[in-house]
Amino acid sequence: MVATIPSNISRDERMRLKIGLAEMLKGGVIMDVCTAEQARIAEAAGATAVMALERVPAQIRAEGGVARMANPRLIQEIMEVSSIPVMAKARIGHFAEAQVLQSLGVDFIDESEVLTPADEVHHIDKHHFDTPFVCGARDIGEALRRVAEGAAMIRTKGEAGTGDVVHAVKHMRQIMADIQRVTSLREDELYVAARDYRVPVELLQQVAREGKLPVPNFSAGGIATPADAALMRSLGAEAIFVGSGIFMSDGYTYAPREEAEQRARAIVRACTHYDDPEIVAACSAECTGAMKGLAVAALEQHQWLQGRGE
Amino acid sequence: MAMRVGVLAVQGAYQAHAARLKLLGAEPVLVRSAAELNDIRGIILPGGESTTMLRFLARDQLLQALTDFAAEHPVLGTCAGLILLAREVEPQQQSLGLLNVSVQRNAYGRQLDSAIIKGSTALSGGPLEMVFIRAPAITHVGDGVTVLAERDNQPVLVQQGHLLGCAFHPELSQDTRVHQLFLEGMGRGI
Repeated sequence: MVATIPSNISRDERMRLKIGLAEMLKGGVIMDVCTAEQARIAEAAGATAVMALERVPAQIRAEGGVARMANPRLIQEIMEVSSIPVMAKARIGHFAEAQVLQSLGVDFIDESEVLTPADEVHHIDKHHFDTPFVCGARDIGEALRRVAEGAAMIRTKGEAGTGDVVHAVKHMRQIMADIQRVTSLREDELYVAARDYRVPVELLQQVAREGKLPVPNFSAGGIATPADAALMRSLGAEAIFVGSGIFMSDGYTYAPREEAEQRARAIVRACTHYDDPEIVAACSAECTGAMKGLAVAALEQHQWLQGRGE
Repeated sequence: MAMRVGVLAVQGAYQAHAARLKLLGAEPVLVRSAAELNDIRGIILPGGESTTMLRFLARDQLLQALTDFAAEHPVLGTCAGLILLAREVEPQQQSLGLLNVSVQRNAYGRQLDSAIIKGSTALSGGPLEMVFIRAPAITHVGDGVTVLAERDNQPVLVQQGHLLGCAFHPELSQDTRVHQLFLEGMGRGI
């Protein structure tokens, strides 16, 4: 599929279209899928988008090796069976992978720390793409550096592939606390804050004015249950990504189909009704089994994916 | 007192609609259950994913509650909300079936085909800025439906009595006329 956006449209208009699609995903659940069959299950369960990839983070973590962009054939198969937006991951800094994904016509590109980084210094210059990008962040500095590079959506990094929500919580709390702090600064203090956070002062001024990030603020990285989804939404996440938590039992084994369907439906429902504990309880009761998971506290820091790409 | 106007908040661009309503002096009320339809003057069905919204509507008896509500109150359906309102949807899926139009999902293509367009409109004030995002097309307009705006000679904003359907996203536009039209209808009553 060929891009039809005229290349002469302004950066501003292009950014509005990119953020516009992110707006459409608010309140919903974006699910990792590795096959067309899983994509069908995700859509039927009420996912607002799917992330097409070859191995979910739990598998990447278990199997090791270099994790790269998925095979275009797989992405196209998933695009063919999905009526909802399809996302795909490119390695950090790997703009050639991102160009491939754009040429396939995917609706969103995740420049993701879950894949093995291709550049230790630079992220992709996302302004040069018509396809919107989502990037991970652990604090406001990382978030705004990605926005400066053209990201249209930010998600917490958390610790992907663990089924342990603890770092998604840590990162969301950090970002929300940072935003709170920025709104309380005097105008002349924002210059120093911009220096400390290593971000353009204009973006920091915007956060101070509006009390929120300039782009939608989602959560990812270890969300595995309906209550996890409710927790992240309560902490300020405007939508969530669920990676390994739906289709995996652990890093090697797929969950039985029926279990995956139950979990998918339950997480979608809990995400919308996050502030109604009775509904979240009913959603939790609907699920049999959950991803076994890996406690983040038991990991060595060098095993963390979240340190990739600051 | 500000007019209380509902925004279906299962999922999608409900925050953007709520912000627009506030800007125009109305009081947005986020609706996630049938009980929340009480005490509002009208409702906006926002953009997002119609497949996701349908799952919630079907499960929570909201489909029937919304049908009853829409018989007596103004409704604005944008993008996915238009799909929910339409009488006929392609490829076939459930809908409220209230607005006498046929709609084709994702007819304007994927995200790369999303576009901001200035189109002709019957609303006073000149061309309308319209933001299309993975937008549906109105492929057939039935009796009783007036076309208020077009894109390449295809209807994109339609009205049938107190129902408004919109293939684009007025909540993301700098132009506030669609929301104003909706609120004016509510002010008059039906």
